[in-house]
Amino acid sequence: MQNNKPGTTIEADHELRAMDAICINESQNRHKWYYNFKYLVAGAILGIIFVKAEVISWFRIQEMFRLQSFHMYGIIGSAVLVGMLSVGLIKAFKIKTVHGENITFTKKKFNKGQVYGGLLFGLGWGLTGACPGPLFAQIGTGATVVIVPLLSAVAGTWVYGRFRTQLPH
Amino acid sequence: MLEIMKQPWPWYLAGPLIGLTVPALLILGNKSFGISSSLRHVCAICLPSKIPFFQYEWKREVWNLFFTSGIFLGGMIAAYHLSDHARVKIHQDLVNELSVYGVTDFSSTVPKDLVSWGKLMTLPGMIMMIGGGFLVGFGARYAGGCTSGHAIMGLSTLQWPSLVATICFMIGGFAMANWILPAILTL
Repeated sequence: MQNNKPGTTIEADHELRAMDAICINESQNRHKWYYNFKYLVAGAILGIIFVKAEVISWFRIQEMFRLQSFHMYGIIGSAVLVGMLSVGLIKAFKIKTVHGENITFTKKKFNKGQVYGGLLFGLGWGLTGACPGPLFAQIGTGATVVIVPLLSAVAGTWVYGRFRTQLPH
Repeated sequence: MLEIMKQPWPWYLAGPLIGLTVPALLILGNKSFGISSSLRHVCAICLPSKIPFFQYEWKREVWNLFFTSGIFLGGMIAAYHLSDHARVKIHQDLVNELSVYGVTDFSSTVPKDLVSWGKLMTLPGMIMMIGGGFLVGFGARYAGGCTSGHAIMGLSTLQWPSLVATICFMIGGFAMANWILPAILTL
């Protein structure tokens, strides 16, 4: 790996990965690849919850946007509350990772992309009835045609990356 | 126990469990909950095309691809081992509205009358699957995250830009479901 030199290269790479992404890998640890299987398990649990709570149902999402059901609001609201409480506890008790590393948080800067991109994402969400997570879970349940919106989402990501510098931010 | 698990889970159980993904990923390895970034990593791996946005050390982010593969796997486990094969109970108003557009099959997670391999070449099908997917991918990256990254992780860490993004997600969704989608379905 060419980026093992300490200093500027790693920092620049971190900067680039953090660009337009709330979810980046903050860990400085370098583990063997099979350590990643714990994330596969975490994802599988989340996928099961998505299916069992009907979060992946196109109809549930349509109900949400038509204010016909409290279900999705209850799920997102209680998920955020539990997330907030957990982050508060992690910060208050300076809880470390299972590998003894400090847990870090990055501040997200505001840019216009959160408005324009957010609106575009919302329009897409209303069509597909699924945000990226549920797309993966839907394919798992056997709705193979969802491969099409997923590949299209990859294409959308690529087109954004290609024209990023021309878009207002 | 298994019988209870096979029924649909109520929001007050599922919501907190989804929320626990936030501390779980942080404690497992200082990872921030986010799903749409996986799409960027796929671009960086498969088709970076010298685009600066995709020139980064994706190997460090491989955990995210394991995580999203897990979601796929979880979908499979739930559908084949934890399902009671009951259909989703949908609000009567939505049932009535959709029946106007010929949507009467509520058996799947997607509306089979609109979203299926056979409908891919119809105009509404193309807009919903190809157009919808494109907007989800493009919009999520433009906004810097999707429902998991902004609405759950971002709000959990009290970041106001994430609140802005979440509100915009909802505005876009409301506009699509109430005004634009009905027009598309009459095409």
